[in-house]
Amino acid sequence: MSTLLSIAGVSKHFGGFTALSNVNLDVAQGERLGLIGPNGSGKTTLINCVSGALKNDAGSITFKNENLNGLAPHQRTRRGIARSFQIPRPFHSMTPVENLAVPLEYVTYRGVAHKHDIKGEAEAILRDMGLGDKMHAACAGLSQVELRKLELARAMAARPALLISDEAMAGLSHAEVDEVLAILFKLSGTGITIIMIEHIMHAIMRFSERVVCLDAGELIAEGVPTDIVKNPDVQRAYLGA
Amino acid sequence: MFSWDLLIGALVFGLLLGCFYAAVSIGLSLSFGLLDVPHIAHPSFLVAGAYATWWLAGFGWDPILAGLFLAPVFFVLGVVMYRLYYAMFEKHGSDAGLRGLAFFFGVAFIIEVCLILVFGVDQRLVEAVYIGKSIDFTDDLRIPMRLLVAFAAALLLTIGLTLYLGKTYMGRAIKAVAQDQIALSLMGADPVKVKQWAFGIATAVTAIAGALLIIIGPVDPQLGRIYIGRTFCVVVLAGLGSMSGTLVAGLILGVAETIVLTFFGASWAPAVAFGLLLVMLGVRPQGLFGR
Amino acid sequence: MSGKMSSMGGNNRIFVGGCIAVVLAAIALMTGVRTDYVFNASYVVLQFIVLASAWNILGGYAGYVNFGTSAFFAMGGYTALFMIKMFNAPLLVQIIAAACCTGVLGLGIGLISLRLRGIFFSIATVAVAIVLETVILNTDYFGGAKGLQMMRPEPIAPFTSYDTMLFFVMVLMAISAVAISRYIEQSWIGRGLRAIKDNEEAAECVGVPTLKLKLIATVVSGALMGAAGAPLVMYMRFIEPVSAFSLNYSVSALAMPIIGGTSSWIGPVIGALLLGSVQQIVTVTISSELNVLIVGVLLVFFVVVAPDGILGLVRKLRTKNSAKGDAKGGAQ
Repeated sequence: MSTLLSIAGVSKHFGGFTALSNVNLDVAQGERLGLIGPNGSGKTTLINCVSGALKNDAGSITFKNENLNGLAPHQRTRRGIARSFQIPRPFHSMTPVENLAVPLEYVTYRGVAHKHDIKGEAEAILRDMGLGDKMHAACAGLSQVELRKLELARAMAARPALLISDEAMAGLSHAEVDEVLAILFKLSGTGITIIMIEHIMHAIMRFSERVVCLDAGELIAEGVPTDIVKNPDVQRAYLGA
Repeated sequence: MFSWDLLIGALVFGLLLGCFYAAVSIGLSLSFGLLDVPHIAHPSFLVAGAYATWWLAGFGWDPILAGLFLAPVFFVLGVVMYRLYYAMFEKHGSDAGLRGLAFFFGVAFIIEVCLILVFGVDQRLVEAVYIGKSIDFTDDLRIPMRLLVAFAAALLLTIGLTLYLGKTYMGRAIKAVAQDQIALSLMGADPVKVKQWAFGIATAVTAIAGALLIIIGPVDPQLGRIYIGRTFCVVVLAGLGSMSGTLVAGLILGVAETIVLTFFGASWAPAVAFGLLLVMLGVRPQGLFGR
Repeated sequence: MSGKMSSMGGNNRIFVGGCIAVVLAAIALMTGVRTDYVFNASYVVLQFIVLASAWNILGGYAGYVNFGTSAFFAMGGYTALFMIKMFNAPLLVQIIAAACCTGVLGLGIGLISLRLRGIFFSIATVAVAIVLETVILNTDYFGGAKGLQMMRPEPIAPFTSYDTMLFFVMVLMAISAVAISRYIEQSWIGRGLRAIKDNEEAAECVGVPTLKLKLIATVVSGALMGAAGAPLVMYMRFIEPVSAFSLNYSVSALAMPIIGGTSSWIGPVIGALLLGSVQQIVTVTISSELNVLIVGVLLVFFVVVAPDGILGLVRKLRTKNSAKGDAKGGAQ
């Protein structure tokens, strides 16, 4: 399989604090990758560097053989990287359909002279995500799990090649975790590469083909899920021995 | 016309004035810099403090004493303001940007107009033993006593607040609330109460600074506009929330302003703070001492 | 809050109907019942429609608060003065030049401060207002603090007096400003700006070029404010910094949309008509200080109690009425 995303020697400092140091990671086309690590280990910093919200101090990030350094987040989204936020950030003055219309207008159908049926397409994606009955509701009335689904739906409306799901399941019940997992599996089935950041280990174990673990800004382990949980470095990082 | 005497005079004046600028800005450094409240109305509170001082001075009070007396009153005012702000905007998060700014802008405007309605547009000044006298170093260098008194009080105020934030438990809690609210609540302190207290302190300090404002020179209701520039310039120059930076930034502004005043004329002075502020925003928005 | 498509018909009718009404009223004023007071008051209200609509393009749609409307307005006026003194340019050229200059001014402020948080943009606009005023105060060419008196040229053909001509120009300007703000609201730009207002980081991440959109909004908004200021010289026959840079323009341009409702083009129009008329009446009948106080109090009142303005109140009433009988309430 070919490499979709390549992170090479990426470092990031905040003042004197090293958030990421020399991280190397390749993600293959169509892969389901789990990214774990204790709080403050640099997971979110890493995906912020990939999505462009932060600039990496050193190293390079290559996506579809193009160096992303210097590109703004919206330019990266147009090239096929989408993300969801850990704490949902819906456009709260809009309905879910209107939320999805933004990426549809700005990415998927950008510059298309004859506008497609954006509303219809937004509705189709929302129905797919199980939000069919809330398509025209106010965002304020959505439950936590519905907001998470909206985050994913909005990311998907940009038709990404890579989806980064940042703790989309934190705080959800067992049944709800299964629901979101099912959605992610379905997306993966359509050929989308997915990086899943999660603390819920059983979700990571079920979903990932490969798991990498960050600790204090460094990649300390990499392997299939069953090996990772047995890895002594990972156990030390989590249990703080 | 350039001369060394003029320059030295300007420097001395600038440093004295700069310390005063730090004092009028330090409340904002706390409320905006640390607490992240878009407190556009800060300069209006300053001018309101100056007018309250003037009113008390009418009964024969010393202006500095009046300022100290007003501090607790303003403290309560600040607590009430923050409670209002919190209940209206901060609690709901999201839209505080536009509404918060418009709210404080409106408050500033109301204070200004009320001052005009009550006191009229004329300039007001106070009298005290140290006002009107000066210490003459040379023929060219005469330093008014009022400036020295304001300088000393401003220095005490600024250093005092810096120490308070660095050394006391409450002060540290205020600094913590700016950085990590979750950690603070784990320590058992309520972030809202801490912020409310801090906003009260910031407003109390502003009352004292207001007394200094009317010691330095006559005050009119529209003075607040100029001080939007001066106070925000100092706070941005210092780097948001940096207390020691506030003093240095105040000195820089003071010197810059007196130099422009001396060599280009008083009519250019209002633009100095705002110009410096614009340059700072464009070149180094994190300030001199910011991260 | 029905879908956008369904509300568009009514929206269109309001806009076209409004334009026709304004033009008819203007013609009536210009030919028939013209007393100076009504004439001047209407001119000022129209001017505020332009300023409020312009402010709302950036402030209302994108959530970036401009405190320096007076800077743009006055710069428009002084650009016109320059064009008159330098080239003896006709009114139309003055207006175009003013719009260009203030558009560039907006771009400059935007480039400096729109990468930062919203409050820095707001402070920068105050700063520019004071710096520009200081520069004008110190420039003899523009009359300095004393100001300059200008003679009016002859009015152009169909108009018999310069006053009527200026009034007609202001009517056209108000209609175009509202049309532009309405176009932006309903185009892709408007949706992007709204996303920025709701959550800028999320907007950027779903592909909205946030900086570019904010700059577009600032330039358009600034250009319209400058255009509104251009006729000032000829209208007053005089220009002077303190009144041209008056804080009243900045406060009103901000208060009117907030009172009317910032989410749609019609909000600033409602606000300007309402507040503008109240201001005209109060200033004459009571006092100008009280008038200013009323603006401030109304602003704070609406920000705190009815953040969606009159428009929001009307919508709430409407949904309440339409939901009557339905026992279950809506969201929240």
